[in-house]
Amino acid sequence: MTSNANPALVRLEAVHFAYDERPILRGLDLTIAKGEVVAVMGGSGSGKTTLLGLIGGRLLPQSGAVMVDGKNVPTLKRSELYRLREKLGMLFQLGALFTDLSVFDNIAFPYREQTNLPEPMIRDLVLMKLEAVGLRGAADLMPAQLSGGMARRVALARAVALDPMLMLYDEPFTGLDPISTGIVARLIRRLNDAFGLTSLVVTHDLDSSLKIADRVVVISEGTVYRDMTPEEVRQTDDAFVRQFADGLPDGPVPFHYPAPPFIDQLVGRHEQAS
Amino acid sequence: MNRLLEPLADLGHVVLSALARLGLVGRFFIGILTVLWFPVRRFSLLVREVYFSGFRSLLIVTVSGLFVGMVLAVQGYEVLQRFGSAESLGVLVALSLVRELGPVVTALLFAGRAGSATTAEIGLMQATDQIAAMDMMAINPMARIIAPRFLAAVISVPILACLFISAGIFGSYLVGVQLIGIDEGAFWSQMQASVDFRLDVINGLIKAVVFGVAIGLISVFEGYYAPPTAEGVSSATTRTVVVSSLTVLMLDFGLTVWMFRGLS
Amino acid sequence: MKRSKYDLAVGLFVAFGLMSLVFLALKVGNLAGYDSGEGYRIEARFDNIGGLKVRAAVKSAGVVVGRVEAIVLDPETYEAKTILRLDPRYRFSKDTIASILTSGLLGEQYVNLEVGGDSVYLGNGDRVVKTQPAMILEKLIGQFLFNKAAENTGSK
Repeated sequence: MTSNANPALVRLEAVHFAYDERPILRGLDLTIAKGEVVAVMGGSGSGKTTLLGLIGGRLLPQSGAVMVDGKNVPTLKRSELYRLREKLGMLFQLGALFTDLSVFDNIAFPYREQTNLPEPMIRDLVLMKLEAVGLRGAADLMPAQLSGGMARRVALARAVALDPMLMLYDEPFTGLDPISTGIVARLIRRLNDAFGLTSLVVTHDLDSSLKIADRVVVISEGTVYRDMTPEEVRQTDDAFVRQFADGLPDGPVPFHYPAPPFIDQLVGRHEQAS
Repeated sequence: MNRLLEPLADLGHVVLSALARLGLVGRFFIGILTVLWFPVRRFSLLVREVYFSGFRSLLIVTVSGLFVGMVLAVQGYEVLQRFGSAESLGVLVALSLVRELGPVVTALLFAGRAGSATTAEIGLMQATDQIAAMDMMAINPMARIIAPRFLAAVISVPILACLFISAGIFGSYLVGVQLIGIDEGAFWSQMQASVDFRLDVINGLIKAVVFGVAIGLISVFEGYYAPPTAEGVSSATTRTVVVSSLTVLMLDFGLTVWMFRGLS
Repeated sequence: MKRSKYDLAVGLFVAFGLMSLVFLALKVGNLAGYDSGEGYRIEARFDNIGGLKVRAAVKSAGVVVGRVEAIVLDPETYEAKTILRLDPRYRFSKDTIASILTSGLLGEQYVNLEVGGDSVYLGNGDRVVKTQPAMILEKLIGQFLFNKAAENTGSK
């Protein structure tokens, strides 16, 4: 799904991953081109978060290649992995702000730890990032004083602090009110385009995905089930994608957890009681 | 047949998983040692941790030391005066404190106050993905979070032990000399004659350092590997206190036998 | 940055610790009178050293003048050979008597040096000629009983 003009920044080839004997990814192939915003969707436990773990080098696949910027992540040594991570930004599900640091210090953290920039310059950079997410006035608050949406935005500012080439978003819309969801979604798209990033968004929120993504990748049974544009998703006949898109309770993803027939259990219980 | 084998299999499983956990602790320890230079270079991090673990424990340690010393004086006098050796109270108190009570009780108090706090803090950071976030920012959490707290424990426990012992001797002086009326000169001179710096004081300090290493390691380990739930963090915290306390007492036995074997 | 708050507190903490360590070393322990391994060595042989241990005190007139550095059994004479390290400030005559006494009734044993009248002094490596062995309680009791028995038979 990549044109030759846009080289692939991330490429997963035949990736197998199992967690404690339980297979999660079975031979998954996925390519993400530079500059794209790709939404990854799927049922719970389908491996969406695993994908982020593999790309970030926190998980090792049983087999297959995870290429990021031309490097095979599972084979990297710790120092090389850290060098790669300096070019990645990750937004964790609930923000993961450092609770003992103020908003300002949270965003200043990567600058202070990874660079030798003088404090006045760091101050300017932090304020710029805060301005980009609309929270410059909250610089002196502590994370405990922030609402969910604000915390998420601060975490976003921190994640893009060192101008990464690839942004990874783990369920960024979880637990947000509609306004905050809209804000975060717009920020993801705008930051991606303004800073020339590439973004991989793992999410359940189909509405937001359709608004901001270039591609929507649906994962099921450990592989890529469908790889579509938002327009294709809106018009598809595919039952599985339809169930997702329309939020239907039953369909290819069943409502009932597998169980023996109900009547048998009721009758059985009657027999035991008598 | 199966019923008989089940408890055996369970026992085997318990032993194997305990060994596996011990191996994990060992690997974790080596991981800490490899980045121990970091908190030395980033000294302000270490200072901050020594403040929270050590300085904040000053009150409980010195007050406990004072009371332990006072009780030692009361009980010690009661026994010694039966043999007409009440003047040796200073010796009794000093040796008890320097060799045993100082390092051990300080370590137990430290495990309860600072060790549990460290475990809870690190466990909570794990549960809220803060450690993972730091890792993804290419900043080694072992170096930045774990190592400073470990080193702070190793530094704080011996210092606190010295303060505990001093407070204890002062407390016993208050009770023995001022309250009960033992001769002040005999109190101090007999103490000085019997407490050997190399054998007693240094050995007591060595014990305190070893205890600091044990508590430091256990508290950061339990926090790091705590299950990321409320229940997980709370049980990890209590486990730190229990395991640290038992480890300190076992190490104390081993160290005492090894250090003081030549005396009998 | 709030660095100064932590720095001050930790500085105080470490300072208190060091002060208490100095207190322990000097006031509680015996570091002030601690000998640093210097001094001259003399040898003394005893028939029986009793409970004397290495690092026990060597005293003269009740003052500590040195330490017992080593104790070995001479394989030829089967005597106990001790090496005593003495403070170089004190010199003892060649006819000094070395004996093993007990401090108090049941206390630790130490080497006592009773100086004689000889004008020549013991130097490094010299040997104390006159020694008295430690008093062994069992021998004392045996002697006492033996004497008592002899008295009784004698008076009959």
